[in-house]
Amino acid sequence: MSSFPVKAQPSEQITRIEPTHGWVSLKLNEVWNYRELLYFLTWRDIKVRYKQTVIGAAWAIIQPLMTMIVFSLFFGGLAGIPSDGIPYPIFSYAALVPWTFFANGMQLSSQSLVGSSNLIKKVYFPRLTIPIASVVSGVVDFMLAFVILIILMLIYGIVPTINVIFLPFFLLLAFITALGVGLWLSAMNVQFRDVRYTVPFLTQFWLFITPIAYPSSLITNDLLRTLYAINPMAGVVEGFRWALLGTDTAPGPMILVSTLAAVILFVSGLFYFRRMEKSFADVV
Amino acid sequence: MSDIAVHIEDIGKEYHIGAMGKAHTTARDALVDTVMAPLRRVRSVLQGRAAVHDEESFWALKSVSFDVSHGEVVGIIGRNGAGKSTLLKILARITEPTRGYATVHGRVGALLEVGTGFHPELSGRENVYLNGAILGMSRQEIARKFDEIVAFANIEKFIDTPVKHYSSGMGLRLGFAVAAHLEPEILIVDEVLAVGDTEFQRKCLGKMQDVSQSGRTVLFVSHNMGSVRALCSRCVVLKSGTVEFDGSTDEGIGYYLAQAQVNIEGEEIPADVRREGSGIVRFEAMRLLNQYDEPISVLTTGEAVTFELDYRHVRLDTSPGNMFFFIHFNTLLGERLFNLSTRYAYSGVFPPPSGTIRCTLPRLPLVPGSYIVEITCKIDKEIYDHISGIKTVQVSEGDYYGTGKVPPASGGSMLIDQDWAIADERVPLLDAR
Repeated sequence: MSSFPVKAQPSEQITRIEPTHGWVSLKLNEVWNYRELLYFLTWRDIKVRYKQTVIGAAWAIIQPLMTMIVFSLFFGGLAGIPSDGIPYPIFSYAALVPWTFFANGMQLSSQSLVGSSNLIKKVYFPRLTIPIASVVSGVVDFMLAFVILIILMLIYGIVPTINVIFLPFFLLLAFITALGVGLWLSAMNVQFRDVRYTVPFLTQFWLFITPIAYPSSLITNDLLRTLYAINPMAGVVEGFRWALLGTDTAPGPMILVSTLAAVILFVSGLFYFRRMEKSFADVV
Repeated sequence: MSDIAVHIEDIGKEYHIGAMGKAHTTARDALVDTVMAPLRRVRSVLQGRAAVHDEESFWALKSVSFDVSHGEVVGIIGRNGAGKSTLLKILARITEPTRGYATVHGRVGALLEVGTGFHPELSGRENVYLNGAILGMSRQEIARKFDEIVAFANIEKFIDTPVKHYSSGMGLRLGFAVAAHLEPEILIVDEVLAVGDTEFQRKCLGKMQDVSQSGRTVLFVSHNMGSVRALCSRCVVLKSGTVEFDGSTDEGIGYYLAQAQVNIEGEEIPADVRREGSGIVRFEAMRLLNQYDEPISVLTTGEAVTFELDYRHVRLDTSPGNMFFFIHFNTLLGERLFNLSTRYAYSGVFPPPSGTIRCTLPRLPLVPGSYIVEITCKIDKEIYDHISGIKTVQVSEGDYYGTGKVPPASGGSMLIDQDWAIADERVPLLDAR
């Protein structure tokens, strides 16, 4: 078998199977060796997502678009919430695009392990590929929603700043945050199905503590606003606005704090996941 | 390259079974426990421990050690719950051992199920790629073997149809076809041949034979002694999580079947023999009698034999109605030859709640050898008592056909009544009779 997981290793490959204790190594190289499986799992998730739906991938656009319309009417219109001098619809939509990516990624990945229990019980592969694939598959939806964002910007005649080159970084930040939460929740979900009930609540809660319907510039104290960015999505959302719309809600310190928080969430999630991994097949 | 392919050293696996909570002495205790339990659990989750401290556990594998050399085809057999599947799951790295270790020299391919990860919404083609990737094949490898896989599964016409529209047989064939084209150095197979129709099983067995003859190392779990014997050169018998026997296939199968037998000494059936079923009816004695109703220990081909079974219904005083009795005859490999049953071959009155049944075979249609007898009592479809391997009976040579000649076992285990007529081409057949 010229199988890819072992391509990098010599033909005389020795595997030692023994109990692991406590904190184990992350073995990220193994995930890399299994990248083709990751590709296929992602591809499957994308392919299957909108099967047997009437409007198919349009769902990827409708979700943020409808939320933007509701926000614009009630928060922007009726409540008169400020929007950093940007037209409110595009102000909220620029935040809703990464937010939707994050929220879907978090939801899908936290259910992913339990949903793949038949695989986990029958085949060996690095389990990390499952939640990773479900977050990665959301990138397609993100792209579709992003196209609408570009169209909206054209309509409103907004030219992105040069900072737009940082956009991939903010997407990566959203990715890491979603995966970090997803790693924690998916591993917990294997043993405690409470997670299923927590996620919708968590998503709603997180939506309100993230500056989507309102600008974080409402917090006038610089230090407090920086602390606010402990919520990594605050950094992502303000980062998107800064890069695309040229808002000046000081991104520097906020982004730094958000990045730090996201990395902590992600790395701790990785370790927790790896630690719980050995019991997945027995418990799921 | 060392000679050892798999080295297993003192492997043990402990499972936790959720105990149904501790008994609460007072309502206050119960309330406090309900409130505190989530907190305790949250703490244990954060510490990365499963919340299992106060749960019962059992060892699915106690201590298993053996080595497998390169090119060996080893059958792993044992009763349900002996730990066979747990051992395979550990070797396939699906689950971790609780203690001990194993070293595996070479690339492992594990086949614990056919068509793992098939997605019903995807087409056959897409599923071949997905399933192949899950089993550890690279994309180029699958592409190279794709036509071969589809041809083996024999579903060329439907390859672009979503799998949800497949019949279950087609799904199985496609799943096995992908797995059959996996080429690991060490192959671990669990009971996959037990599914599908006979045609499919034969195809699988043929493919497995190719694999086992190609010099690859195979670990094979099965309940089918026929396929174990066809494939394996060596046999490991597991019992309650330990290795009970390790040696040649024939001896191993013999050991396993002997261990699965009760084999009573006299005619009484002790109350504590291993039985299955609800136990509401119990067999109490079994007698083998010859044509003069004298007890015998060895049967003779072609001679009359009578089975007498005493049974007792522990509750009823009146007849339970649809009560049926079965006497099964199996080969030493566990294959069923035929059975005697009141369900099909008897149409008299319902049996009384307790009593004796007699079944006479006027001419025993078995060639000389050893046979395993099982007895079953059912009420409707439910098993009330079942004793597998109640006795291994010996059959000695006899003149079944009354021709003065003794048919050898090479012609098959069973004998059947037959009339021959042979015609001379110059004399019409009817006249010759």
